[in-house]
Amino acid sequence: MFTNFFYTLKNFGVPVSMNEWQTVLEALELGMAGSSLTGFYYLSRALLVKTEAHYDRFDMAFATFFGDIETPEGLPEKIWEWLDKELPQLEITDEMRRQHRQLDLDELKRMLEERLAEQNEEHHGGNRWIGTGGTSPFGHSGYHPGGIRIGGESQNLSAVKVAGMRRFQEFRTDETLGVRQFQVALRKLRQFTSRLEGEPTELDLDATVDKTCNNAGRLELVWDRPRENSIKVLLLMDAGGSMATYSRLCNQLFTAVNKSNHFKDLKIFYFHNCIYDWLFHDPHCSLNDYTDTEYILRTFSPEYRVIIVGDASMAPSELTRVGGVIEWGLYNDRPGLEWLRRLRSHFEYSVWLNPIPRDYWDWTDGAWTIRAISQVFPMHELTVDGLERAILALRSRKAAQVV
Amino acid sequence: MAKMSAKYKGSNDYIASDELMNSVNIAIALQKPLLIKGEPGTGKTMLAQSIADSLGMDLIIWNIKSTTKAQEGLYVYDTVQRLYDSQFKDHDVADIKQYIKLGKLGEAFMAEKQAVLLIDEIDKADLEFPNDLLWELDQMSFYIPETRETITARHRPIVIITSNAEKELPDAFLRRCIFHYIAFPDEEGMERIVRVHHPHLEKRLLEQAMETFYSLRNVPNIQKKPSTSELIDWLQALVVGGINPNRIKKELPFLGVLLKKNEDLDVLLNQLQGKTQASRPQTSYSSLNRYRY
Repeated sequence: MFTNFFYTLKNFGVPVSMNEWQTVLEALELGMAGSSLTGFYYLSRALLVKTEAHYDRFDMAFATFFGDIETPEGLPEKIWEWLDKELPQLEITDEMRRQHRQLDLDELKRMLEERLAEQNEEHHGGNRWIGTGGTSPFGHSGYHPGGIRIGGESQNLSAVKVAGMRRFQEFRTDETLGVRQFQVALRKLRQFTSRLEGEPTELDLDATVDKTCNNAGRLELVWDRPRENSIKVLLLMDAGGSMATYSRLCNQLFTAVNKSNHFKDLKIFYFHNCIYDWLFHDPHCSLNDYTDTEYILRTFSPEYRVIIVGDASMAPSELTRVGGVIEWGLYNDRPGLEWLRRLRSHFEYSVWLNPIPRDYWDWTDGAWTIRAISQVFPMHELTVDGLERAILALRSRKAAQVV
Repeated sequence: MAKMSAKYKGSNDYIASDELMNSVNIAIALQKPLLIKGEPGTGKTMLAQSIADSLGMDLIIWNIKSTTKAQEGLYVYDTVQRLYDSQFKDHDVADIKQYIKLGKLGEAFMAEKQAVLLIDEIDKADLEFPNDLLWELDQMSFYIPETRETITARHRPIVIITSNAEKELPDAFLRRCIFHYIAFPDEEGMERIVRVHHPHLEKRLLEQAMETFYSLRNVPNIQKKPSTSELIDWLQALVVGGINPNRIKKELPFLGVLLKKNEDLDVLLNQLQGKTQASRPQTSYSSLNRYRY
């Protein structure tokens, strides 16, 4: 009967496999869920969900499959007021448990609607109306084995409600998170090689045996170089005015990249809205301190992984016109788009991270330029999930896709 | 074989939530490793000790470092020692057995009675490390080619694995584990935990300290949030320092015990001083004011 739950989980993006599902069935046969929904909730979560990032998806799937009961938006303001009262803890006896008839959710919902229509005053401690305490199925701080909690603190949790609470929402990886998560994501950007310079510090056992044998049994130790990350990173950040909104997010990424000491080389440059002839050394983008983009194209090997961070939102002319550069006193002989194409064709491993949420790309101010740039660079949103996808893209040569 | 009757119910000096106990018991009954994640200071490592205590088993700890290889947990064949010995001819180097030293996993397999094996901070190791242990944790046995011996677990150990999420663990490994995330305790749970460590704490002091502690945790932009162990240390400091409970909130004594990063102290000071002045954390962009878009 639970097979559909398996598919519901898959639909909500919880990666469950047959192996794990069978373990759940096995555990159910052992009676480990204690034949209660709460037991089943914790059992299946422990077995099927393997990262706290998916707890929220699991909760949503569970709430959907076993009844969606979180509908507090529809409740009139007054009822919230009635419920906003403190009450002492309720004593629950076995007898009370027995007396209560288990209501199914549809029936509960129907009854709730009826009560909402009929009730017009506060109730506390009763067994029928919406209110605090008591044993009515509706309200909070009371006791009913299958009731609906409306507001208040949960004291006697049931599984559907626990799931409905979505306590693990903050662990979703598509949310924007802190420096640490970015760092973890960046660690995946690595490629080991031992054929680089460095101190030979590891004992090469096979070579030692060979050498020692050749030496007629006289021990001779051979040392080898440890494996090392060979990834070099070139980070280009937009420091334009429209990026100020996202400065905190960009700072987090910046800190994370800087703290990642596993790159062989890390170079950071800044630009304003779009890249032209100059790449600046600090976020002020002043002509006192810059490197020619041309020079970078000539001297940096295509092995550099290029991460461009920018909102890609600008006036179309900045991208397409000669002299379209936004700064006063600067003039570009080639349009910005051409520079971007040149960068892309030189650095095949490159991505664009956009702090604007993906959902907005189609209709935000810069929709046209976002689209144009995403045809040149694979574009991902600047979230942990987006960064992970970007890093996957950086591992291999990926063509840009139209979003 | 593991007895089905062995049930973990928490121990005196460790407060486990029902959820956690449930997960532990599922892991014991299904004989699968239990993977524990959670914020630092939520008692991931302590859990194994608590399970061992409450079930009366020995605890074997395998601390993982960035250089740890899976092989080390099984056994180490000390080839260099053997080579050296062969030069001086004062040992019988034909007996390979004396150069085979069992690792922590091997130890747990060979234990006289069922043991609890803690693989601590598995994410510290190389990405491939967990994959290298798949077979051994599944089958609870491994083969030593040098001596042509197979080491099989006499009693399947209860395996507890902790991770700080520094690296993602491989899917194949995750599929074989029971997973539990220890959420940061709410105030009620925290009070119970504190009571275990400081049973005779003055009520007013605890109240004030807890309130301050949770408000500190809620300060935005703090990089290293204070955790349980910091709270316990702080309470100790407050008691030893004889601080008047009424002063705690206002003066934040011994703040260095709670916030260990200079940046975090700065953030907090900014918040306290400039609540009205809209003090933002310094960003490298803030000096730029070129809103063209």
